[in-house]
Amino acid sequence: MSDEEDDIILSELSDEELSEQMQDDLYDGLKEEIEEGVNIFLERGWAPYDILTKVLVKGMKTVGDDFRDGILFVPEVLLAANAMKAGMFILRPLLTETGAPKMGKMVVGTVKGDIHDIGKNLVGMMMEGAGFEVIDLGINTDVDQFLAAIEEHKPDILGMSALLTTTMTYMKVVIETLKEKGIRDELIVIVGGAPLNEEFGEAIGADAYCRDAAVAVETAKRLLTQQA
Amino acid sequence: MNKLNKLLKEKGILLADGATGTNLIPMGLDSGQAPEAWNFDHIDRIQKLHQSFIDAGSDILVTNSFGGTARRLHLHDLQDRVVEVNKAAAEIAGDLVAKSGREIVVAGSVGPTGDLLFPLGELTYEGAVEAFEEQVTGLKQGGVDVAWIETMSSPEEIDAAIEAANKVGLDYVVTASFDTAGNTMMGLSPSAFAGQMAAKDPRPTAFGSNCGVGASDLLVAAIDMVANADGIPVVAKANAGIPKIAGDKVVYSGSPELMADYAKLAMNLGVSIIGGCCGNSPAHVKAMADAVRTHNGGDAPTAAEIIETLGPLVSPKSDKKSERSNRRRRRS
Repeated sequence: MSDEEDDIILSELSDEELSEQMQDDLYDGLKEEIEEGVNIFLERGWAPYDILTKVLVKGMKTVGDDFRDGILFVPEVLLAANAMKAGMFILRPLLTETGAPKMGKMVVGTVKGDIHDIGKNLVGMMMEGAGFEVIDLGINTDVDQFLAAIEEHKPDILGMSALLTTTMTYMKVVIETLKEKGIRDELIVIVGGAPLNEEFGEAIGADAYCRDAAVAVETAKRLLTQQA
Repeated sequence: MNKLNKLLKEKGILLADGATGTNLIPMGLDSGQAPEAWNFDHIDRIQKLHQSFIDAGSDILVTNSFGGTARRLHLHDLQDRVVEVNKAAAEIAGDLVAKSGREIVVAGSVGPTGDLLFPLGELTYEGAVEAFEEQVTGLKQGGVDVAWIETMSSPEEIDAAIEAANKVGLDYVVTASFDTAGNTMMGLSPSAFAGQMAAKDPRPTAFGSNCGVGASDLLVAAIDMVANADGIPVVAKANAGIPKIAGDKVVYSGSPELMADYAKLAMNLGVSIIGGCCGNSPAHVKAMADAVRTHNGGDAPTAAEIIETLGPLVSPKSDKKSERSNRRRRRS
């Protein structure tokens, strides 16, 4: 569709139409359109927190649901998350200024010996998209790095990722250390990665195994509510 | 004609080997350690694993070089020894094959780089080709019969690995992992993958699937691959069920008996190369060898029949529809 007259001018849309259009643009991973839309809403006097929750988070929920349901795959979700990130880049300082409420805080990392971060990055972006503050420790994270980050940031949630059968057992090492230090119960621990499963997560003492980033967001929200 | 071609012609069905990583853990591989480092530090243990598969009846040995690109070896400070690591992996397997007195294919394992290709990630297509080329060069110097490109999920990364094998002048096999709603995590379906392979020039010696989420899922994916293979032999190397923790150990839920059933179903489906991935011990491979040797064939199973014998699918295809509103895009 290249007809000029079919082009949608974002600034001419009503609030409701613009919100809906942006949710679709998010789904299609259109980064520039998201930036433009966020700025239009700001100009119209919307509170940053409302743009985040009523537009972006809502849009990412659809992306997450379709990822969970096997309709979207990693490439599409990464593009959507990147568009989300661009919107967040504008909103983040404004959210801090206006003292907007936060969903919670998460420390996340790929465990020692493992370089795989595709799933972990997706979790980080989707959690951020759901309104969480995310501290990403990157790849090859050993137990000391996890402990230091927990000490510094006091997260509600710890997320660990592993893609290899030769690294997934390291999650148990981390959880055992948390128990030894007496801080295991202060945290919700969620784990994920291709070779893992629910039973594995349970056996190593995690609170939950999350099959994908969408499930991670749902699980984090659910466990936080239960805790409260 | 490479040795794999020749053996496929002679025998019709070939038995591959079992797992590398999960079999090295009980031999002392700590979590987070690079299996490839053992090509220097514990040659005896790699030999022991290969020999156990030779003894179980494997026609194909996959080398201990899965993580052998610079991009992965970097983490273990081995990025400057890529050619050496892969050459050693090939030689360890090749020496045992020479001593075995049997005709066994040495397949040089090439795993994914672990990076996303541009524009999703930083790694360019050319960068990926370069990384694979260095690895395949080492494998060829060590004398492998084919490059065994495995556990792949991205069509572009598959292209890059194939281009590297072609540049080095080595025949190749590619297997993908269908672990996400019947597709790879990057959304490649078994039939699209088969189409991609059939369109290659030169074509792969064989293609198929390894790893993923269990034997049922893999064989259901194999139905679509066989249907679209256009005569290229199909590979099935499934995990022995799913991993569970028992004490300090990881054990897989699938027994050797289950993998024997899997091997028979794979034969009936028209799969030509049968073996195992994660969780498959030499005992599992032996059970598959016995099954392949004694099985008299049968009708190709349907997905329902596969599930009835091997258990439910872990990540079935989706029949759901998106609830997005589908407004017109601004730019197409």
